[in-house]
Amino acid sequence: MTNPSVSKDVYSTRKGKVAIVYATDYLNKNSGEKVEYECQRHLSSGYKGLVISFRETKIVNSIGVSILLGIIESAKNSGSQVVFSEANQQTISLFEMLGLTKHVKVAVDENEALRVATDEEKSLG
Amino acid sequence: MAEDIQKFLHTFSALADLGQEIADTSEFNEMASTSLHLVLGTLAIMRGAIGEYQPEYGSIRLIAKRNLDKNLPTELLLDYFENRELCEMGITTVVAEESESKVLDFVTNNNEWLNDAKIELVMPLVVRGRLIGVILLGEKASGENYTDQDKAVLSSMARHIGVGLQERRQREELERRTREIKHLYDGLRAIYRDTVRAFAAAIDCKDKYTQGHSDRVGKYCEIIARELGWEEEEVEGIMIAGYLHDVGKLAVERNIINAPYRINAQESSELNKHPMVGFEILSPIRHPYADIPQAARSHHERIDGRGYPEGLKGDEIPIGAKIVTVADSFDAMTTDRPYRRRRSLEEVLEDFQRNTGKQFDPRVVVAFFRAMLKEITNSNVEKRFRRLLGRDYMNTDTLAMKLQNLITEIEGHKTAVAA
Repeated sequence: MTNPSVSKDVYSTRKGKVAIVYATDYLNKNSGEKVEYECQRHLSSGYKGLVISFRETKIVNSIGVSILLGIIESAKNSGSQVVFSEANQQTISLFEMLGLTKHVKVAVDENEALRVATDEEKSLG
Repeated sequence: MAEDIQKFLHTFSALADLGQEIADTSEFNEMASTSLHLVLGTLAIMRGAIGEYQPEYGSIRLIAKRNLDKNLPTELLLDYFENRELCEMGITTVVAEESESKVLDFVTNNNEWLNDAKIELVMPLVVRGRLIGVILLGEKASGENYTDQDKAVLSSMARHIGVGLQERRQREELERRTREIKHLYDGLRAIYRDTVRAFAAAIDCKDKYTQGHSDRVGKYCEIIARELGWEEEEVEGIMIAGYLHDVGKLAVERNIINAPYRINAQESSELNKHPMVGFEILSPIRHPYADIPQAARSHHERIDGRGYPEGLKGDEIPIGAKIVTVADSFDAMTTDRPYRRRRSLEEVLEDFQRNTGKQFDPRVVVAFFRAMLKEITNSNVEKRFRRLLGRDYMNTDTLAMKLQNLITEIEGHKTAVAA
């Protein structure tokens, strides 16, 4: 079942026991806070698998990184797994350079992300 | 190499964003929160906080925090010596570990808190030798230690954040003080107004037949000034002038003021001193509004020069005094006196019709009666005349027409004179 939840530009869906949050083309303070809000909403609803899709994302700035770290920390505290999906090469390089990839799984597309998140959810559950 | 360039670009972009944030007009807490995001995001630091030094409490209060345990206290103690020590270090970073050769007293004394919060770096925010606050930072997401290059970047950011926080705090303090002064000023003005009204009541008490006269004159003056489009400050000033216009009567014998007959020439001469006496009473006072003494002095002048005490003509009479004259005369005609009943509104209008251009300034008379006309023809206008004169007194079918005729005639006469 899919429950699209739209907040202007950032939106999210739920596929099975996994929530997917779609970031915008530029992950800065404004859009980052919306991503964080959506993620927190799903985490507090008990979702153990959380995919953040960077399908549309071209740039992630420092504030965006800080917000993602907050999401990672919240997910850890609630025993959930975060999967970054469909990030472009530049964004993946940034995440690797800064060490974010040590805390999340990275998937090349949404199917893989869902699979990883579901596997993780099962292992955590 | 490519990674170095990417790191440089990411850091450079963060510094540019920080500069913009500091130059922006966001409020204090918003700036602190965004600055913390920028610091954490630049090096991907898992957690951190910005604390503001509160000299009055000898503590550091956390004003922005990310990913810290919610149960941790939001204040850390900081005594005078710790403050001095942090200041002397300038903008630098200190590893909060026992292995470091120099551990700050602040770190030692707050060791439990820093450990619970998983803080690794303490960066003092110092501006011109004064401690503004601290930035507390946790581990890097990469798990690597902070390099000298990292510390140089953080020091640079801390310097900017310190200046930004201080500037905003000073601005907020200035705004707070401005609001406080405005509040005090408004309070003083209210006290001044209440005192003046109490004084006006005291003046009127001397004359048992004209109780409330000064208060009503003040209110009529306000109506006229508003109709003339005066600024709020000026409206308030002329209202005060109306309240105080008869203050000189305090020096006139009570039996003259209260005489139940038309007073004789000698008594009249005594009574006619009250404008000058009023001027002398009011002149030494530093009123917050202009021309209050002058309005008291000249409110019995006539524009044809036949008034007293100085026989001023036309524009020699201040506009404030001209307003008080109209208000004073209107109230005198529309209230009972010891030797006569009050006149009907029709009679009053006829009196103004006859004496405008002689006793009264046409602009002031027109403004006064236009305000009255607005009140009786527009249900949305506050019924001030009705309250001051009584409902029955205003209940005349033809009043609107008479007022309109009076205004038209005076304005027509003004135009003809000007031509």
